[in-house]
Amino acid sequence: MRSAETAQSVLQALPSSEDDLVFSINGPLDSHTAGEAWRTALRLLEETNPRRLIVDATRLTYCDGAGAALLLELRRRQSGRRATCEIRSLDPAYQALLDMYGRTDGQNPDPPAPAASLVEQIGRAALMLRNDIVTLIAFVGELCMALGRALRHPGLVRWKDALVTAELAGANALPIVALLGFLLGLIMAFQSAIPMRQFGADIYVANLIGLSMLRELGPLLTAIILAGRSGSAFAAELGTMKVSEELDALTTMGLEPVGFLVVPRVIAAVAMTPLLAVWAGFLGLIGGAVVMLSLGFPLVTYIIQVKSAVTVGDMVGGLSKSFVFGIVVAAIGCLRGLQTKSGASAVGDSTTRAVVSGLVLITLVDGVFAVIFYYLGI
Amino acid sequence: MDASVRTPIIRVRHFTAGYDGKILLDDLSFDVYPGEVFVILGGSGSGKSTLLKHMIGLYRPLQGSILIEGEDIVSAEGPQRLKILTRIGVMYQQGALFGSMSLLENVRLPLEEYTDLPDDAIDRIALMKLQLVGLGQAAYKLPDEISGGMRKRAAIARAMALDPPILFLDEPSAGLDPITSAELDQLIISIAANLKITFVVVTHELPSIEAIADRVIMLDKQTKKIIAEGKPQELRDHSENSWVRQFFNREASVA
Repeated sequence: MRSAETAQSVLQALPSSEDDLVFSINGPLDSHTAGEAWRTALRLLEETNPRRLIVDATRLTYCDGAGAALLLELRRRQSGRRATCEIRSLDPAYQALLDMYGRTDGQNPDPPAPAASLVEQIGRAALMLRNDIVTLIAFVGELCMALGRALRHPGLVRWKDALVTAELAGANALPIVALLGFLLGLIMAFQSAIPMRQFGADIYVANLIGLSMLRELGPLLTAIILAGRSGSAFAAELGTMKVSEELDALTTMGLEPVGFLVVPRVIAAVAMTPLLAVWAGFLGLIGGAVVMLSLGFPLVTYIIQVKSAVTVGDMVGGLSKSFVFGIVVAAIGCLRGLQTKSGASAVGDSTTRAVVSGLVLITLVDGVFAVIFYYLGI
Repeated sequence: MDASVRTPIIRVRHFTAGYDGKILLDDLSFDVYPGEVFVILGGSGSGKSTLLKHMIGLYRPLQGSILIEGEDIVSAEGPQRLKILTRIGVMYQQGALFGSMSLLENVRLPLEEYTDLPDDAIDRIALMKLQLVGLGQAAYKLPDEISGGMRKRAAIARAMALDPPILFLDEPSAGLDPITSAELDQLIISIAANLKITFVVVTHELPSIEAIADRVIMLDKQTKKIIAEGKPQELRDHSENSWVRQFFNREASVA
């Protein structure tokens, strides 16, 4: 970079008669020096409003595209005001440059598309929502048919893919599920033990931990981790395949992406989620046990208390919930992947949408289950 | 013009590249002279693009030096390296335009980052570069909304934003129809002739080579060295190497 001093002195206004403005250029006029020259020249042009502008290029040592742009701009402004602009003693090489850029000057850009009005935006958003719901229904139908086919002809399912996915989504998630489950149980037990102790009811912390971890929080925690770890991964994987036309390749081979890619993932998730939920519940109980032991209860008291509080119905309820969570999270992850558009940010968008939709659906399903369990009396 | 009496603008010496102990290009030395269109040729997998990526400083060679206007891009660090990078422009194979920005914004970006030009000046210059490649009308379009050939031209306009004396083009005609490809060749010839810009082009499209190349080097996959250097017509008619003659005459190799 050149110093600011040279940058300022490249273009100078010389004294001249009333109607004229004379610029002299000393030195190089390139992208480093043209900035200052541009500001000075246009300011002086505005102030003096000359009939004739003379640019003396005798001492111009170098001129690049930025310099040419300045000279062309001066010429354009003068002709716009029906005044003249002369560029004197310009080196033929730079004249050629000016001619080359000047030739194409006429093509003006088509204006950018105007921003949509509020009404249009709302309309578009509503249409998109409708389309989204329609696609979701169609996808659920397609998935059910594909799963039905898989049940009737288990040989058609790609079990190898399902096993790999089961390892990624299930076995590899064991540490994080264990950590979060343990901490959740520990924190919950500790927080509730303090107030319950005041009433001498701290033995019931075992009931609280047992019921909530096995029936509600274990499955929920597992589903949320699944949405964050695997739902997003499915969306990114399928989205990348969509962008690189691999899905089109499958379709033209006569292999339906839903049967070929989605079914193994859903099967794997469905098989793994209940197991992970049991794991989370177990670790939550251990967390509770740590607190109970520190409160002075023997381990056996804690175990008996938990056993008396939790029924088989609670266990089955929790497992059936996590079964449905697994389907929902895997399916929505795959759907968002299949819906990926083109462009650099498309896969990222799909991943975000997969996690958000997964969390929304988990909450909805959980609510539906609460109602069902209430009526079934579980 | 006689190339031998001029000072080279790019000087590559004892350049060896590879990875994981595997050598891809072995001890290459060659010069590129100002104002010429220099073409790097070779069959698939011969390391053309690898060589180009080393010349623009994306990768570090195992050995050797690459002097651009006298400064070694291999050993340069910090501001010195930045200075070299502003003296070269690169067009990537797919254009590599930023998808979230209009063509005008793509060309504006280097000007905004590296100059103190006022905003309207940057607009003028960016538009001027787009007009030069015939995309003045499409200035506000997004890269997604234009064709592959237009994207490549826009990428050339962006590479030229800071008026670098050297432009590197990676496979300019790949994936284009013959007419669009010929138009791109014309654009390269016209820019080289009128703006005195040096081009380093990687390609294996014969018609394109014959249209634009002042000089070529040819890389060989087996020996990992340069097997031919010179003007394309001379190599086609008089090369001692049968593979080189085959390449230029587009004959299949008889095994």
